[in-house]
Amino acid sequence: MYPSRFQYEAPRSIEEAIALLHKGGGEAKVLAGGQSLVPMLKLRFASPEMLVDINNIPDLDYLRVDSDGTLRIGALCRHADLEKSMVLETHQPTMAAAAPLVSDPIVRNRGTLVGSLCHADPQGDWASVMVAVDGHIVAQGPKGRRSIPVSELMKGPFQTVLAYDELAIEAVVPAPKGVAAGGYLKLERRVGDFATVGVAVAIETTDGSVVRAGIGLTGVGGSTINAKDAASALVGAPLSAASIARAGELAAQAAQPRSDHRGGATYKRHIVSTFVARILNEVAESKGKAA
Amino acid sequence: MGLDEIKIGGLGASRRRVEDNRFIRGKGNYIDDIVLPGMLHMEILRSPLAHARIKSIDATKAWAIPGVRLVLTGETMASRNLAWMPTLSYDTQAVLATDKVRFQGQEVACVVADDPYIAKDACEAIVVDYEPLPVIINPQQALAPNAPLIRDDKENQRDNVVFDWVVGDKDGTDKAFAKADVVSKLELHYPRSHPSPMETCGSIADFDRSTSKLTVYMTTQAPHIIRAAVALVAELPEHMIRIVSPDLGGGFGNKVPVYPGYVASILASILLERPVKWIEDKTGNLISTGFARDIYLRGEMALRKDGKILGVRMHTDSDHGAFFSDAQPSKFKIGLMHSAFACYDIPAAHLTARGVYTNKAPGGVAYRCSFRVTEAMFFQERMVQAAADDLGMDQAEFRRINFVRDDDFPHRTPFGFLTDSGQYGKCLDVGLEAIGYQDFLRQKADAAKKGRLLGIGISTMTEPLGAGNSREYDILGIKMFDSAELRVHLTGKAILRTGAKTQGQGHETTWAQIVAHELGIPADDVTVEEGDTDTAPFGMGTYASRSTPVAGAAVAMVSRKIRAKARKLAAHLLEVSEEDIEWELGRFYVRSSPDRGVTIQDCAMAAYTNVPDGLEPGLENNAYYDPPNLTWPFACYIATVEVDPETGVWDVLNMVAVDDCGVRINPMIVEGQIMGGLTEAYAMASMQFITFDSEGNCVGSNYMDYLLPTAWETPGFELHEVVTPCPHHPIGAKGVGECATVGGPAAFVNAVMDALKGTGVRNIDMPLLPDRVYEAITQRHDVSGAPPVKMDDT
Ligand SMILES: Cc1cc2nc3c(=O)[nH]c(=O)nc-3n(C[C@H](O)[C@H](O)[C@H](O)COP(=O)(O)OP(=O)(O)OC[C@H]3O[C@@H](n4cnc5c(N)ncnc54)[C@H](O)[C@@H]3O)c2cc1C
Repeated sequence: MYPSRFQYEAPRSIEEAIALLHKGGGEAKVLAGGQSLVPMLKLRFASPEMLVDINNIPDLDYLRVDSDGTLRIGALCRHADLEKSMVLETHQPTMAAAAPLVSDPIVRNRGTLVGSLCHADPQGDWASVMVAVDGHIVAQGPKGRRSIPVSELMKGPFQTVLAYDELAIEAVVPAPKGVAAGGYLKLERRVGDFATVGVAVAIETTDGSVVRAGIGLTGVGGSTINAKDAASALVGAPLSAASIARAGELAAQAAQPRSDHRGGATYKRHIVSTFVARILNEVAESKGKAA
Repeated sequence: MGLDEIKIGGLGASRRRVEDNRFIRGKGNYIDDIVLPGMLHMEILRSPLAHARIKSIDATKAWAIPGVRLVLTGETMASRNLAWMPTLSYDTQAVLATDKVRFQGQEVACVVADDPYIAKDACEAIVVDYEPLPVIINPQQALAPNAPLIRDDKENQRDNVVFDWVVGDKDGTDKAFAKADVVSKLELHYPRSHPSPMETCGSIADFDRSTSKLTVYMTTQAPHIIRAAVALVAELPEHMIRIVSPDLGGGFGNKVPVYPGYVASILASILLERPVKWIEDKTGNLISTGFARDIYLRGEMALRKDGKILGVRMHTDSDHGAFFSDAQPSKFKIGLMHSAFACYDIPAAHLTARGVYTNKAPGGVAYRCSFRVTEAMFFQERMVQAAADDLGMDQAEFRRINFVRDDDFPHRTPFGFLTDSGQYGKCLDVGLEAIGYQDFLRQKADAAKKGRLLGIGISTMTEPLGAGNSREYDILGIKMFDSAELRVHLTGKAILRTGAKTQGQGHETTWAQIVAHELGIPADDVTVEEGDTDTAPFGMGTYASRSTPVAGAAVAMVSRKIRAKARKLAAHLLEVSEEDIEWELGRFYVRSSPDRGVTIQDCAMAAYTNVPDGLEPGLENNAYYDPPNLTWPFACYIATVEVDPETGVWDVLNMVAVDDCGVRINPMIVEGQIMGGLTEAYAMASMQFITFDSEGNCVGSNYMDYLLPTAWETPGFELHEVVTPCPHHPIGAKGVGECATVGGPAAFVNAVMDALKGTGVRNIDMPLLPDRVYEAITQRHDVSGAPPVKMDDT
């Protein structure tokens, strides 16, 4: 497994990194955790002329909650940091549920959430989770910063709307509008396997009624799927057996799975609805208990 | 009183593995750790297509890259008569393709360069013009009328059949079926898997023009077979060839055959007169080297109402890929498939086996099974469960009725093997007790009322290990005995060498324990060395669980020869005649006055310092051991599972293993072998397979697709033992390296099928992926064959 020749740069600031990307003119690639990029290099699926390693840029590894409840995840915050964090448990249960299911412990030590979003793998777990919680990323290029909702970040498999000279600085999750609940279920054949099907559900409730909902699907389409209609079916009322079933059905319809060695398309759709229902039933049950 | 055997690390001591000292310190010496002065690096260009005519190969651009020293193509090889090589199964295999490529991943060209990066770049610069041909990916297609002929290179080959092979008693079997009350039928597929050792294959060929000596460091489980092959293929004098197999990062059968990369690196070194290193990458290993299984079964069992099996019919169609390169004893075309049903008392059986060529990688190596015994026992135990179900009998009881009884040995199996020992019923009892059989059946019935699916699966089998006796077992005519050479130094320390080759089994630890048992020399005082053909005695290597049955027996026998000579030295030292001497562990003494004695170390010293007249000095010897029979360990594996009817996901609740592998040399190592084997069994049952799309593209070419289970999903195993010593092995051992891989898969599959019993589903072929289980539950039909790679069914 020997990659093609490339130039290696290790900038010490965001500005320097962006200048290098700009100079690379589309032939440069950001190296974050390297857990997707390095395998691609070794398999020679990618042969960039330059790698811009951002690991030496200080203060990008944060995971913090602003006073208004906004969650910020820096470009060098590792999967393992998220897995160990106490913040997610209380603030973003959907993210907390997903963190231990992303790849395996070794990969989690290096891989980053932001890198996973930028990689735009339809089987990446974080993208559907971020879609469910309505997250966005902050990207910076030579002309300054902009925000991109994660639901609009992916153009297709392994393609994003980021310009070649834009660096994703952080991922941002807005404060929940009410009480946050939800979960992530992933059907995998083995630890470290990409999802056969992954389902992220996040709901926010006030006085028992759902005020916001998001459902993201992993591995069942050409890119991460935002099951908007399924989520809408939940909003405006408390969770009920009927709304849960409806959401499951609509999510299965939103899925565009293909049959492959991980499973047949029909089966994958069935798992989508089953998982949506399982997550929501569990939320409903624990709410019932709390009440 | 002799020495305390456990204290000196003899038989039965769970001695820590001495080899681990270097492995856990990162001081192992694997092929890729070896660096020779002036060494060059070789990479292989592989075919992207499964079947195509090669119109042209243009390597001009590769030659032009600075640092490139040599480009080898089929043409270069052909000019030296090396384009094709013989396989271990009397077929031929392309070293580098000349006319056609016949599977995806086939070796097309090699580049030798100053470093592996340059070699890889140059491979990409070679332009090959292919004309695609129709592709065959399974026996059904291979046998279809007008199927394209894959091996048109072979003069007398008119179809895609490799062999038709028959064994057993046809008339007797027909009669049994005529008498049957019930005939139970089952069709099964054992999917293609791969031994997939952590370390891939590789070699460093070092030809020295000044001495004419060729040294090859090579990842091989059988260095002496390789030396013989190189001598015959490359026509080099055998004494000028030295094969060194360094530390191996696993083998599992993958490192028995001769691969094109080895041959190409040797030729490259001869041409360039420099050492040439080839290290295969993971994909290369998975897509081109010896796979395992990929075989279809049609099985039928003739049954009497009371549960007695009257006869068995089996037909297998095996897929051998593009070249018949199975590593197996030459007399048997489908390995030891006919060892099936050895633990059952069955009057008649008949097996027809057909092998076919397809456009897939060649192999058919034993992935941790004694020559297709894994398939044999899987088919056997699936058929047994189906038969019990068809009769409406309890699956444990059905087995018990048909077991060969303890007092029926020696027993002739329905296909003609001779088994010699076992306590099958007792092993089953221990297993049932440990799993809590009756309790579980109650639990299962209760759970069923709530719509939960619980199941229990049993797999019991005796398998033939230790090939073999030289009457029946040979590879290309070379008899499958093995050897040991023991040299005791003046201070009573020793070095032992054998013709086997450890690759994780722990020979460095266990062989020393046999010496300790036989001679009373503490195991810590014995160095064990294997794998260098210049120093090790001739042997057939390590696979098929043959090391302990064959080389291990040789270790005991050579130790006994040493003891016999030591006795003469003891008589001399004690000034009595040999007849007056007695032996206890580590010491000879005078029968009439037991206080007068000498230790084995005293004798060793005397062998070099105080030799009586007429006795040859020194204390060393060797032994070649030709076993009188195979060894027959027995195992009973029982798994309980729960299947989630909503997703098809199944979890193992409990797994109990009862192994009777005869006398255990090192119980810790035995348990490690069983745990590892059960893990692999679980992998095959649940997730592991290599499959192909209709164009012959391999799915399973990396570790994202070809899954090795991790500690996380691997269930816990509870191990039990029963000991029935092997009657003919010098220390009563039977071998254990493969039992759990062989017997384990059926326990898991039987458990899932038991959980689905009410649904009318008789079979789901491995791997039992959740979607296949779900399909069976909801559609109420069997799910058969290799997992298809449908591109879209939406
Ligand atoms: C064995 C294995 C199993 C895995 N299993 C899973 C799994 O189950 N689920 C899952 O979701 N993922 C899985 N992954 C992928 C893993 O999560 C990666 O860590 C993640 O996808 C990429 O993050 P990274 O920081 O390693 O990015 P890198 O590999 O460094 O980069 C990935 C891509 O994103 C770009 N990029 C990275 N950071 C930025 C940035 N700040 N700005 C702009 N572009 C950027 C890079 O240029 C590159 O194109 C697995 C990986 C491995 C090796």
